[in-house]
Amino acid sequence: MFKITSKRELAPRITEMRVHAPRVASSARPGQFVIVRVDDEGERIPLTICDYDAAQGWVTIVTQTVGVSSAKINSLEVGDSFIDFAGPLGRPSDLLDLPEEELKRTRVLFVAGGVGTAPVYPQAKWLSEHGVRPDVIIGARTKDLFTYVEEMSRVADVYLATDDGSAGFHGLVTALIEDLIERRGHCYDRCVVIGPMIMMKYAAQTTRRLKLPTVVSLNALMVDGTGMCGACRVSVGGQTRFTCVDGPEFDAHQVDFDEAMRRQNMYRGNPKTDLSRHHCECGVH
Amino acid sequence: MTPRTPVREQDPQERARNFKEVCLGYDAEEARREAGRCLNCKVPRCQSQCPVHIDIPGFISALAAGDTAGAADVISRDSSLPSVCGRVCPQESQCEGACVLGVKFEPVAIGKLERYVGDWAIAHASRRHVECAPRNGRRVAVVGSGPAGLACASDLARLGYEVKIFEALHKVGGVLVYGIPEFRLPKEDIVAREVENVRRLGVEIETDVVVGRTMTVDDLLDREGFDAVFVGSGAGLPRFMGIEGENLNGVFSANEFLTRANLMHAYQEESDTPIFAGHRAVIVGGGNVAMDAVRTAKRLGADAVIVYRRSEAELPARVEEVHHAREEGIVFRMLTNPVRVLGDENGWVRGLECVEMELGEPDASGRRSPVVKEGSIFEIECDVVIMALGTSPNPLIKSTTAGLETNRRGCIVADEDGRTSRPGVFAGGDAVTGAATVILAMGAGRKAARAIHDYLTSAPAEN
Repeated sequence: MFKITSKRELAPRITEMRVHAPRVASSARPGQFVIVRVDDEGERIPLTICDYDAAQGWVTIVTQTVGVSSAKINSLEVGDSFIDFAGPLGRPSDLLDLPEEELKRTRVLFVAGGVGTAPVYPQAKWLSEHGVRPDVIIGARTKDLFTYVEEMSRVADVYLATDDGSAGFHGLVTALIEDLIERRGHCYDRCVVIGPMIMMKYAAQTTRRLKLPTVVSLNALMVDGTGMCGACRVSVGGQTRFTCVDGPEFDAHQVDFDEAMRRQNMYRGNPKTDLSRHHCECGVH
Repeated sequence: MTPRTPVREQDPQERARNFKEVCLGYDAEEARREAGRCLNCKVPRCQSQCPVHIDIPGFISALAAGDTAGAADVISRDSSLPSVCGRVCPQESQCEGACVLGVKFEPVAIGKLERYVGDWAIAHASRRHVECAPRNGRRVAVVGSGPAGLACASDLARLGYEVKIFEALHKVGGVLVYGIPEFRLPKEDIVAREVENVRRLGVEIETDVVVGRTMTVDDLLDREGFDAVFVGSGAGLPRFMGIEGENLNGVFSANEFLTRANLMHAYQEESDTPIFAGHRAVIVGGGNVAMDAVRTAKRLGADAVIVYRRSEAELPARVEEVHHAREEGIVFRMLTNPVRVLGDENGWVRGLECVEMELGEPDASGRRSPVVKEGSIFEIECDVVIMALGTSPNPLIKSTTAGLETNRRGCIVADEDGRTSRPGVFAGGDAVTGAATVILAMGAGRKAARAIHDYLTSAPAEN
């Protein structure tokens, strides 16, 4: 059992939990994920690791309520436990492979959207611990939906964008990427985009035009998360890859996003996963 | 000669709509009657055809004499999972295939008798004494809780080792829980109780540990203080055909489909895990996994079809599974090979484009290899396609264990007794052989246990 030691709401329907999972914490690297299960009937749900402390044995996850399983996760309280918390899974971020010297010279732009903001944090934090202060664009529909801005500001230069102009740049993250690079003259060697699939698709189009090497972290459907099922397969440069073991990060300019989005919605409308059709007594909706 | 004692089964119409076990097994009287058919041959061909050489005439004659406990003792000398192997072994190509009675009549139902004895042993396990050597202070880690790992762990525990199994998934049993369906191998009544017996020997089991990610093999030896490691991580990586349309919605690996059903119980309403079998599901392949997938799809309400590129004679599945599948109304389209998955405007499967095949010259495996019939392209309408084309070992351990030799198929290289290229690291089962059978994996786990015992008794303890 993996006990929840703290919980806070970051935005409506978006919750951060700190979970006691010493084995995961001691091996976790930025870019990796865990698979969790809430109860015996629960799905195996992949969630990106948002922070971790090997010495204290905790791992942080952030979950947005979108279906039955995420609602179950967010209904857990401090003192409750996940029955399963397996990981760390997937390959760590490519940034970790850079030689120290090259890393010091590397200028990194992160682009984060929605619940994807928290998973950017461990990467930005890792860079800052290695003497590199990255730029981070955080996008949201409106200012109330921002998450992790304070944490991120400690390790990076943060640029906010809102669709409605309620905070920061008025417009989409793609326009802010262009603004930083083309108008304000920022130069980057790498870009990492984590967020909703549609945002990653358009951000990738923008950085392709700007010739900025970019990786995205995909949140595909998974069952086991260890390479067994192939549910998470994605086309990258015309090759089929498994998000769980070959990813979750891939070259953004090679990913077939339309296929990835279609596959992500494979079970949409299924009575088991669709919150609106679900009539249970779990008390979360 | 008395005819083979028929075994009771669920009615095919009925069972095609539920997930309960198909075969109901012998009762005591039936088992004794069937055991009486054994000729107790001087040179038992059945025994030599058994991958682990169970003393088959020995256990059957104990059974015929009404001594089920004696029969269980005989089997347990060579097999630790009789209730499982009695259900899933390909007996027709092993023990029963060699039975002398089979020349003129029907062979003794060795599998059904083994199952009877195994089930009896499970039911009486708590009252039976298992001899365990006193703890010797040495610790062995076992990676994977499938047949190889369970067998290796129980033998080592009996020899006095402190054994800990690390399992990547949330449930214990490996392929016995994620791969083989409930209707062939009951999870609570059989698998869970076999696992309980292993625990009763003092073996500790930790789930949710993905060796190669959560910890490496080197961590187990250096950081966690184990004296040796047995790798029984199986062959879990699914193959696809590499044809157009394979990433359409509605195309699944048999592994995914079966894992959703078996491990996640997606066929039960209470389970949060969804599964989709469609109106018509086409399963590509002819092995046991293909049969499991097609019969699962049928039970979920789909018209279920097998597409196989060779002919019926070459089907690698157990005869009993093919027979059961036919009884349940599964359609078999032999000599048929998919060339493309067809999609609709929303990216969902709408059909499978196939070609007809004919059998040509024998290939390396000795089977006649199928060749395409010119101009025979045609479509099968369907909304689900399940690829059951075999599996290969997961590369996670190979890629994180320096000095661990593997072959070009990604299998760990190990000798007869499971010794790998790394001292102190042993391996067995599908991780070494590629996808094979439960009994071979179980046998490999037991051999490795003896090799680990030899290794640790010849090497001085580090104190």
